[in-house]
Amino acid sequence: MISPALALFLLFLIVPIVLAFALAFTNARLISPRPPEFIGLDNFALLLTDPVFWASVRNTFYFAVVVVPVQAGLALVLAVLVNAKVRGTQFFRTIYFLPVVTSMVVVSLLWRFMYQPDGLINRFLEAVTFGGFTGIDWLNDPTWAMPAIMLMSVWQGVGFTMIIWLSGLQTIPAELYEASELDGAGTWHQFRYVTWPGLLQTRTFILVTITIAAFSLFTQINVMTQGGPLDSTTTVVYQAVRSGYQQLQTGYASAISLAFFAMVLAVSLIQRYLSRERG
Amino acid sequence: MSRRNRRIAAASLSVLAVAGLAACSSGTGGNADGPATISLWTHAGGNDAELDVVNGIVEDFNASQDQYVVEVQDFPQDAYNDAVVAAASSNNLPCIVDVDGPNVANWAWAGYIQPMGLPEDTFEGQLEGTLGRVDGEVYAYGYFDVALAMYSRQSILDDAGVRVPTLEEPWTKDEFMDALAKIDGLEQYDYALDMGTGGTGEWISYGYSPQLQSFGGDLVDRSDFQSAEGALNGPEALEWAQWFRGLVDDGYMAQTSGEDSTADFVNGKSGLLFTGNWADTTVKDAFDDAVVLPPPDLGTGPKIGAGSWQWALAEGCEEADGAREYLEFAHDTKYFVEYGNAVGLIPATLDAAAEIPAYAEGGENRIYLEMADQFAVVRPETPAYPFISSVFQKAASDILAGGDPRSILDKAVADIDRDIQQNGGYTS
Amino acid sequence: MTTMSTLSTTPAATTRAPGGKTNGTRRRSVLVTVLRSVLVVFFAFPILFMLVSSLKPDLQIFADLGSWRAFLPVGDVSLDNYIGVFDRVPFGQFILNSIVISGVTVALGILVNSMAAFALARLRWRGRGVVLSLILATLIVPFETLALPLLWWVNKLPSLEADGFSLAFKQGWLDTYQVQIIPFVANAFSVYLFYQYFDSIPRELDEAARMDGAGWFAIYRKVVMPLSGPAIATVAILTFLPAWNSYLWPLMVVQSEELRPVMIGLQYFFQMNISWGQVMAYSSLITIPVVALFLAFQRSFINSIASSGVKG
Repeated sequence: MISPALALFLLFLIVPIVLAFALAFTNARLISPRPPEFIGLDNFALLLTDPVFWASVRNTFYFAVVVVPVQAGLALVLAVLVNAKVRGTQFFRTIYFLPVVTSMVVVSLLWRFMYQPDGLINRFLEAVTFGGFTGIDWLNDPTWAMPAIMLMSVWQGVGFTMIIWLSGLQTIPAELYEASELDGAGTWHQFRYVTWPGLLQTRTFILVTITIAAFSLFTQINVMTQGGPLDSTTTVVYQAVRSGYQQLQTGYASAISLAFFAMVLAVSLIQRYLSRERG
Repeated sequence: MSRRNRRIAAASLSVLAVAGLAACSSGTGGNADGPATISLWTHAGGNDAELDVVNGIVEDFNASQDQYVVEVQDFPQDAYNDAVVAAASSNNLPCIVDVDGPNVANWAWAGYIQPMGLPEDTFEGQLEGTLGRVDGEVYAYGYFDVALAMYSRQSILDDAGVRVPTLEEPWTKDEFMDALAKIDGLEQYDYALDMGTGGTGEWISYGYSPQLQSFGGDLVDRSDFQSAEGALNGPEALEWAQWFRGLVDDGYMAQTSGEDSTADFVNGKSGLLFTGNWADTTVKDAFDDAVVLPPPDLGTGPKIGAGSWQWALAEGCEEADGAREYLEFAHDTKYFVEYGNAVGLIPATLDAAAEIPAYAEGGENRIYLEMADQFAVVRPETPAYPFISSVFQKAASDILAGGDPRSILDKAVADIDRDIQQNGGYTS
Repeated sequence: MTTMSTLSTTPAATTRAPGGKTNGTRRRSVLVTVLRSVLVVFFAFPILFMLVSSLKPDLQIFADLGSWRAFLPVGDVSLDNYIGVFDRVPFGQFILNSIVISGVTVALGILVNSMAAFALARLRWRGRGVVLSLILATLIVPFETLALPLLWWVNKLPSLEADGFSLAFKQGWLDTYQVQIIPFVANAFSVYLFYQYFDSIPRELDEAARMDGAGWFAIYRKVVMPLSGPAIATVAILTFLPAWNSYLWPLMVVQSEELRPVMIGLQYFFQMNISWGQVMAYSSLITIPVVALFLAFQRSFINSIASSGVKG
């Protein structure tokens, strides 16, 4: 029964991965009359000495390190809010989920407008600070471009994470809450000793899914900043795509992909190791 | 597919073609199964004005003979190149493709397209920038070109007290900087100048490499296209980079302008707009006193880009003769005029220009034609161009963002030179 | 009967607020409502901006950009952009293609991945653990990095083509529906979700069925799948969204206009002069069906995600 899936995995995932692996050791080009040649580790040597690649690695980690906890945390707050029995829960749930069902390309276009120097974000901040705030050119400031993309990414993805938290909350037996109430536990106490432990497995799940999504950061960058300003938002996947499609260097792009696989694999193994020890 | 295999394929195709000719001349004429299909791909998807012209030419051609039927497949512009590359990688190319001017050399080198093989006099009186030439052979021709220009309003220039530059006497660099300072001094605009710095992709190379060239630099050393050393990182290029970033530092121009610089200009956010002449109608509709200005002379004379979309004959076309017949049929002043009327850009031949009032001598758009004729510099005709352009796009963005010009340009040169060397100098 | 009651706690878990109906509840519920409403602003406004802009001419979108007018349908409001969209692209065709592609991907995805998960969760065979880990490891591979090798590879695959009444093999999958569907059917995440869910279904049910002489396939079809509605709904939505929004891949493999999905249609509006109003109108048009779908199924969908995939 597993064979259809295995066959499909083999055909459309394993074969391309093996191909990417093999191409990484060649100078294959997307458009070229010259046959690819085996060039050993040249691509990797080049990669390791390319400051843009290292900037990509740094940015990718920066993004993941911020977005994973922020998205998970905000989503938990939303889930608790939506889980409270107050009127209009359906409405709020739907609104929070709206960005999830909107295409990332469209979302990135919309936020590009809002992040303009004279755009809505600046105008809003000026209004709430009574003019105390002076506009930031969000996507063109090497300091702010990445946080701006983080905010948007959290905005887009948090609705989905919220639903996963919700599911976790709903599996915590109501009796536990009742029991703790009888013991006179306050809200925080209840959260700390009933809700949080009850969410252990949900936590692991959320950690893994957001981490993987965060490491694959690409669409937002491609639409909003193309890696700039001054490489402050370039990411590993973005570099792989840029080298492969725009610069036609299939071999080099494959080497970047391979480095990426190794990186994410290492991170997930570490995550697994850490969560295993604590669990 | 290796070059040799392609050669073999091409050779066997030409044998087939000869055989086909022989069959024709022996009197069978055409194909027993009816007319042969010639597929044609265009990037004009979503651009109805242009697509209608293409469809019109195809209809005329199909009606004019019964041996071939041309079938049009249109793609949206941004999806087009990927579709062609994918099709080429599976030997699925159509017979006739359109190709963006700067890609002609790359596609010819890769064996996507072949020399058109039309008589040289076909192209007499055509703007050189609208011909895709590689090693002297024409691989592609286009119906129109685009010019870079500056737009402002007479009232703005009058208020600022600067003279209106002309083709004969464009602004010098000093005059240009002076004009910016004066427009900036009016304090009526967010920015004195909008050069569309929010644009991405090929716009950056198309729009800003002519300014680099006007300073005396270039994207690559054109003597043999083997290196960018000295061209892209020489003193002229450095001077350009400092000037370019200086416009931002002086507050004359946004580091990244809005999503639509023409809309921002029309909405009164900038006093001077630098863009392509596709903005012409929008600007003139908005302002009665709109003026079209040539780009400034930054040292070696005003420079603008050249080479827009062109038509080419794909390698491996099974009906190459029919495709050639179509390309010859379609190279008719009538269609150049139709194109010119439909897209409003610069007609590629003088004959066609004479028939379009706006572009005829004394017409209000004649200035674009003159600029295309006098100032145009084609983007380097080398297979390395897509790579060079990608590197330049990043370099220009980094310079605008305030990076160190010298190290940015040196890195760009190193990247370009390595790519050329890795590709065996792009010699076939 | 114990088995049934264990089961029912999962899919129909009770919604329970931490806290409860004490006296402080009223104040807290006011606070919750205020907080929720503030968040609505954060989540809804970009989408509102899109809808409102779709009603305005290009120049006005830019003129309104820096003020609250960007969120208000004021000024020269009309449906012109929508008319322009229908003029410019064969919208019905694109929507239909996306429905077919997403629909078939979802249907096949549910079948193939649930079967795989069943084999992993229920059948005993050597190497099961290794296969599961391998499948999960593929979760880390973003599609962008595989697109080029995959493109090359699908070109080598034979496809069966009906030509009149005869069937013929042709090389290459370019420019078909299948190339937009088949590579995305098997999905590690879906296998994982099904696996988790199946794992929570008591094995006693299998054994009872086996007593009655049912084979594994019958158990899958008649026992496990009917109990897995929530997992199915979750996988359906999670397969649907990327399929609906796919862009890079169809860009590379689809040539005929008749086969293009909705996201490619967006490119039609990016010409030398970008028609931002039409971009907004088109974006709204391709988002609205998904939102409508979500609204229609929201209760069962949320409960379904809620009850599957959490036991990580």
